[in-house]
Amino acid sequence: MQLNDFVHRTGEWLKGTGSNSDIVISTRIRLARNLAKKPFPNRAKKKELFEILSAIQGRVEQINLFKDSLFLKINELDNIDKQFLIERHLMSHEHAANPEGKALVVSREEVLSLMINEEDHIRLQVMQSGFNLIETWNIINAVDDSLSQSLDFAYSINWGYLTACPTNTGTAMRGSVMLHLPALVMTKQINKVLAAIAKLSFASRGFYGEGTQASGNFYQISNQVSLGHNEQDVIQNIHGLIRQVIEQEEQARQAMLVQNRAMLEDKIFRAYGVLRNAHIISSQETIELLSMVRLGIDLQIVRDVDRKSINELFITIQPAHLQKIESKKLSSGERDIKRANLIRQKLGGR
Amino acid sequence: MQCDICGKKKATVHLTEIVDEQMSEMHLCEECAREKSVQMEQQFGLADLLAGLADFNKPAKDAQKINLKCPNCEINYEDFRKFGRLGCSECYTSFENHLAALLKKIHGSNHHLGKSPIKIPQEEKKKMEGFQDLRNQLLQAIQAEDFEKAAQLRDKIRDMENKGKK
Repeated sequence: MQLNDFVHRTGEWLKGTGSNSDIVISTRIRLARNLAKKPFPNRAKKKELFEILSAIQGRVEQINLFKDSLFLKINELDNIDKQFLIERHLMSHEHAANPEGKALVVSREEVLSLMINEEDHIRLQVMQSGFNLIETWNIINAVDDSLSQSLDFAYSINWGYLTACPTNTGTAMRGSVMLHLPALVMTKQINKVLAAIAKLSFASRGFYGEGTQASGNFYQISNQVSLGHNEQDVIQNIHGLIRQVIEQEEQARQAMLVQNRAMLEDKIFRAYGVLRNAHIISSQETIELLSMVRLGIDLQIVRDVDRKSINELFITIQPAHLQKIESKKLSSGERDIKRANLIRQKLGGR
Repeated sequence: MQCDICGKKKATVHLTEIVDEQMSEMHLCEECAREKSVQMEQQFGLADLLAGLADFNKPAKDAQKINLKCPNCEINYEDFRKFGRLGCSECYTSFENHLAALLKKIHGSNHHLGKSPIKIPQEEKKKMEGFQDLRNQLLQAIQAEDFEKAAQLRDKIRDMENKGKK
């Protein structure tokens, strides 16, 4: 399998299927693991990094779920390729910086990804479409068990899995759910919801990863605490919290439909109109407009395009994706034109 | 807008600093901002900041220095305080006392509940079996209503847990 094979494929998590997929884009769980006694990546010498890398690679290659997966050494990738993988949510910005001794493994359907030598020796991630915490946990739990059959993980009975940063110590698990909350934003209730989430020790951030502002009305909500609660309890807690946010968003959507249908339809169809007709468009504008069209699909106001196509566009309109599709470097101005072309093509515009 | 530090690149990061009640705004390019943030981390101690332990009333210089070094990876505790990252899994033993307080502050608990690896190091396994054995005995004592024995076992488990945490 080659990196370029991904360019014209859609990752499993973008399929727009699974429960509550009108509001929940995807569910993701990640686990951090380290090899006992080996220096953490920030502390390891070059030679040690390569030893760690080959020990983990050796084990990964024996695991069935990683069969036919893509194995990439980060220092062999160019900048567009690295950005492409970040845009697909398969690796972090941190992993792309200082690429020496780092690697990434991605399964065929992009359900599993494993960063080697990021902040911890292993950062394993499972991503699924829709609201799907239990299945996501079952998959990652099984992979983690297979890894630990022959790798010696750093673990203490008191403190659980030992990680480079003490904010991850314990289960070293982070579960996060990506939500599309346009109605809560439009009815100006979102800050109230986010404040309540923060109070419960959960974090929220934007679609495009750690440290990004929420754009396109996307919010990623994840647990903060990893010590003192077992994985099932944490998952239950996230589940309960997300259920409530979903209900709030549903109510806000219904209220807007009843009170302000004309305004809502106007906003949605204007967005759809611009996307189908624009010849130059920035990514920021695209994201805002796609969010409106997605809401239109959810509310059955827009009926001639499906959710999967819109989900895909959120990913493919990003800079590195456009450049991979065109197989060449594009300036920002050129990208705005190519982006508009791609969108018109996908949405049957002129 | 150009960067205030290098004056060359476009400023994309806008920083508001309050020093001695004087507010100043800085407009920085990404590179200079990154450098600036490293300086700030060193000033405050990222790990302390993470845990909300940083004492803003006292300058960091006056804070008591802790002279501890992990024999396995040779990182100093002070380096950990600055950068917020430990050097290896043995640091958890080398800095045990300090980390116990930090973990408690971050997570509200310093006792792991949750899964364990299939392959567990021998010394951890022994500790775990010891615990399991005592817990089983405790359960039996409670069922047999032998509360005196149960209380002894409870204290023994508590002792072991505390010892592990220290």
